[in-house]
Amino acid sequence: MSFSDIFGVNYSITFNLISSIYADFMKKTILFDKHSSLNAKISPFGGYLMPMQYEGIIKEHEATRNASSIFDTCHMGEFLISGPDSIDDLENLLSCSVASIKTGQCRYGFLCNQNGGVIDDQIIYRMDDHKFFMVVNASTESTDFQWIKEHISASTSLINLSSQTAKLDLQGPASAKIMQKLMKETIADLKFYHFKHNFYGNEQVLISRTGYTGEIGFEIYLSPESALKFWDDSINLGAVPAGLGARDTLRLEMGFPLYGHELNEDTNASESNFCKSIANKKFIGSDAVLDPSARKKILKGITLEGRRAARHGDKILSTDHKEIGFITSGSFSPSLQCAVAMGYVLSSFAVEQNSVVVKTDRGELTGKITETPFYKKATGRDNLANYL
Amino acid sequence: MAPKDRKYAKTHEWVKIENNEAIVGITDHAQDSLGDITFIELPSIGAKLKKSGECGVIESVKAASDLYSPISGTVVEVNEALETTPEDVNNDPYEKGWIFKLNNIDQSEMANLMDADEYEKFLETEE
Repeated sequence: MSFSDIFGVNYSITFNLISSIYADFMKKTILFDKHSSLNAKISPFGGYLMPMQYEGIIKEHEATRNASSIFDTCHMGEFLISGPDSIDDLENLLSCSVASIKTGQCRYGFLCNQNGGVIDDQIIYRMDDHKFFMVVNASTESTDFQWIKEHISASTSLINLSSQTAKLDLQGPASAKIMQKLMKETIADLKFYHFKHNFYGNEQVLISRTGYTGEIGFEIYLSPESALKFWDDSINLGAVPAGLGARDTLRLEMGFPLYGHELNEDTNASESNFCKSIANKKFIGSDAVLDPSARKKILKGITLEGRRAARHGDKILSTDHKEIGFITSGSFSPSLQCAVAMGYVLSSFAVEQNSVVVKTDRGELTGKITETPFYKKATGRDNLANYL
Repeated sequence: MAPKDRKYAKTHEWVKIENNEAIVGITDHAQDSLGDITFIELPSIGAKLKKSGECGVIESVKAASDLYSPISGTVVEVNEALETTPEDVNNDPYEKGWIFKLNNIDQSEMANLMDADEYEKFLETEE
């Protein structure tokens, strides 16, 4: 056998060796020692050494769908943006509408370049009238910070909180009860894509009803010291530690994009098909994003016939073998028990139920263009009170 | 520990001789490195395999790998259960998770393979 994972990292390299090779130039989150004591498989991701899996991706995936899991997402970046002109600045920087976000609400949107390509996808939290908290990807954090700095008014303050902010994702239907046990105040009134301050011990923390799994769940922002304790506490209450492997299969089943796969600086944001995140307004890149003729290809889901997965970079062909697109992500879907993928398909072919062929290194796979989410039973938008 | 009743290839397959047939699978180390196995492409019955030749594919959630035959022979039987429950290879790589059987084998080829102790030592050097 010879094998390498989809990130190109040889999995047979043990954690000890990989950490010694990368230790000098890769960052570690505050929880790194927790991961190593749990014998996690570690891989580089976004400049960090991150846990890919603990006991197994499928077990961690199923725990998230059916019970509760906890993810270390401390690698992600957080910025604080404030000042009287911050709304106008963010309205110009982000594809989503900002002025209509209410205090206590958060919203997904793109940071676009002048050509309409995606610099990053982010979630913006409105703290009060003139104060916002932005959560970005690890690999793009410094690029984002520089880009935002160059495009805000002199009166707008931009602070990078990433190094002092820890972030954990507690996800899955049973996570509501766990989160409530750990918080001083009630979480019952926390609505989907809203956030609130609460107390974990004596520390004020921020909890949002967001996540990357589709399930009822929370992202919690807290001090690095508290994150160590929260990690242990949630596991003691039944949360299963889950790695980036399960995070990837969970988001893929929901049709959520992963920066660097579905989104990048060369792909027009409108082609990603996340229309709800693109407001009809003026913003950097809007001329290209809002131009219907720029939408030459569209991101679509593909359900494959068997268990064999398509992978990033595989070509998508029509049934008469014309090249019509390419795969951006693909994996076996533990919930659907078949392989699913996402990819860009020429607009004229991007019709649901159209049959396609995926050309992989090891042969051809057949599948159908499918609407996303692939997984229809996710609990994320359900009433939280039913899970407490 | 690797069972002592069989031999091992550097590419992490095992081969066990039973009634002049060779049973082939992958090692516990290999299944652990791959993670949750989701798909196995089995060789065709009747296929003539060469020692160290590619004869199948194993996919896990995150990885894909080629499978090599540790010795030469003709495929007489494949573990069809793996088409629907490939996780048998994760759960029981040395028994229930066997992959294919060969006849027309040349047992002298076994001499080039490692025994269990040598394989364990090999894993230490590889790590």
